[in-house]
Amino acid sequence: MTEKKTIKKSSLDELFKKIKSGGKRILAPVDKNGKILFEEVDSPGSVASDYIQTTLSAKDAVLPRCEEMLRFKTEQSAVAIEENFNTPEPTVIFGVRPCDARSFAVMNAVYTKEYPDVFFKSKIDNTVVIGVSCAKSDEYCFCTSVNGSPGSTEGSDILLTPINTDNYLAEILTDNGKAIVSLAPELFTAAGNEDKAKSLADVKIQFDVKQLEKKLPGIFDSAVWITQSLRCIGCGTCSYVCPACTCFDIQDETDGSKGVRLRCWDSCGFGQFTLHTSGHNPREVQSQRWRQRIMHKFSYQPDQLQVVGCVGCGRCSRACPVDMNILQHIKDILEAQ
Amino acid sequence: MEEKNVYQPYLMRIASIIEETPDVRTFRLEFINESEGKNFKFNAGQFGEYSVFGEGESTFCIASSPTRDGYIECTFRKVGRVTKALASREVGDTIGFRGPYGNIFPIDQWKGKSLLFVTGGIALPPLRCVIWNSLDLRDNFKDITIVYGARSVQDLVYKHELEEWGKRGDVKLITTVDPGGETKEWKGEVGFVPVVLEKASPLSANTIALLCGPPIMIKLTLPILTKLGFSPENIFTTLENRMKCGIGKCGRCNVGKYFVCKDGPVFTFAQVNQLPPEY
Repeated sequence: MTEKKTIKKSSLDELFKKIKSGGKRILAPVDKNGKILFEEVDSPGSVASDYIQTTLSAKDAVLPRCEEMLRFKTEQSAVAIEENFNTPEPTVIFGVRPCDARSFAVMNAVYTKEYPDVFFKSKIDNTVVIGVSCAKSDEYCFCTSVNGSPGSTEGSDILLTPINTDNYLAEILTDNGKAIVSLAPELFTAAGNEDKAKSLADVKIQFDVKQLEKKLPGIFDSAVWITQSLRCIGCGTCSYVCPACTCFDIQDETDGSKGVRLRCWDSCGFGQFTLHTSGHNPREVQSQRWRQRIMHKFSYQPDQLQVVGCVGCGRCSRACPVDMNILQHIKDILEAQ
Repeated sequence: MEEKNVYQPYLMRIASIIEETPDVRTFRLEFINESEGKNFKFNAGQFGEYSVFGEGESTFCIASSPTRDGYIECTFRKVGRVTKALASREVGDTIGFRGPYGNIFPIDQWKGKSLLFVTGGIALPPLRCVIWNSLDLRDNFKDITIVYGARSVQDLVYKHELEEWGKRGDVKLITTVDPGGETKEWKGEVGFVPVVLEKASPLSANTIALLCGPPIMIKLTLPILTKLGFSPENIFTTLENRMKCGIGKCGRCNVGKYFVCKDGPVFTFAQVNQLPPEY
């Protein structure tokens, strides 16, 4: 049962102190020369104040862009494998947008169901998510079209909604959330009948994601994939900024006799992603790769894992160097033959 | 770490090396940790990630039969960074192996049936596992026919085993090399696999066909099998999409709603025909 409380914005300073002295680091959105990025902070003073969406999501905290999955030492013909590396740091991520908080469900579905991935799991199990609802949105946002909302509680342990200039409504959603409140219960006051909805951005539903899922298998051979991707340069930026993209590459690096095996973010937008040793490539051209991106997120993942692989954050559209707008493209796909 | 790291390979000792062709090698691998070896079980059709520490991992099938305990074998062609590094290893060296991954050939369900293996070049290794598995349980099956081709005599893999199968009275082996690939001493057929298969015309009644080869061979052989009376449900293959993790996470072997690594690699052509053509 969700508990509703209020907390003064000015009390966050004290709350951050308590969290830190409780042994957790705090990651929060910080303004780095105009880019809003999650960084470790000591106090709310460092947290960026005015932004619609962070430039990158907090995915990096649980699925780093490059992380060790093996450590080894080679000595002539023998190999020794090291244990106890890549251990998680107890973390509170503050200021996660509700769309991004929903992306943890996609990552969980990929990484914790079959063959649980211990590196992801240990990080997510040591992470508390304090979400902050969206009071503003822009033309790229479409969370409501993919089952989310600017005030969605899904994926957050505590969701803060700014109900006026001085106060947040705090929805305490999980045991992890309760544990944070119990660090400084005096900072929280029982909520009255605060109207959360009036503090939220108005994000209109722009397409029916169920209808999209139904339609996609039938338009695999449509010309729409070619038309839309003619200007795609295959840079992979869309995957890089996506909070729900989870595909990765595995590479070894060595320093003398010591070495590591690394898992690094990868993208289905790259031609090498599927290139066989023989030279055969099942997805030879960019239109096939663009189709894979849409199919995987909106057809295959709903089918395989019962999650939509897109949370409507709009980052791929904002960051695309050739201005491919996913929202417009989805609308066109829904019209395609 | 309390929980198991699914990416941590078993350490394997190279027990023996066979040079099949100038660029193809077969390794016999034994578990360095004996209890890991005792607990290791797999079935025909499964694969693994083989690694040279410091170079990376590469995906191949397990080419030996699950009926042979105490070791696994893999056969690979020296092509990329990892396979080149593998090929430079020597007997006694340590390499890594993760697996077994993927689904299996349902050979338990094929009791009383005949088996037809049709394969070419470096695609024999995944079927060699099934061939030895069925030969080790020979009484379970009726006729066993193997049609195997390569570009040239030099490119045939498992030459000693081909000789052994050829001598057995309970296996019908047809080997062929592409025109121009024969030597003076060559006693097998000369011609492409589909042509040789059609000439041999094996019976399709109560028979399972296992087809594995380069895309062009598959494309030209399928119509022949159909002509011989095989239904897509009775033709099995193993898909070989590029993989990294082998366990349905890294994303690259995704074809439609399936991952080749986890939902395959073994598919019937009835299933393959339902897939988007991305394999």
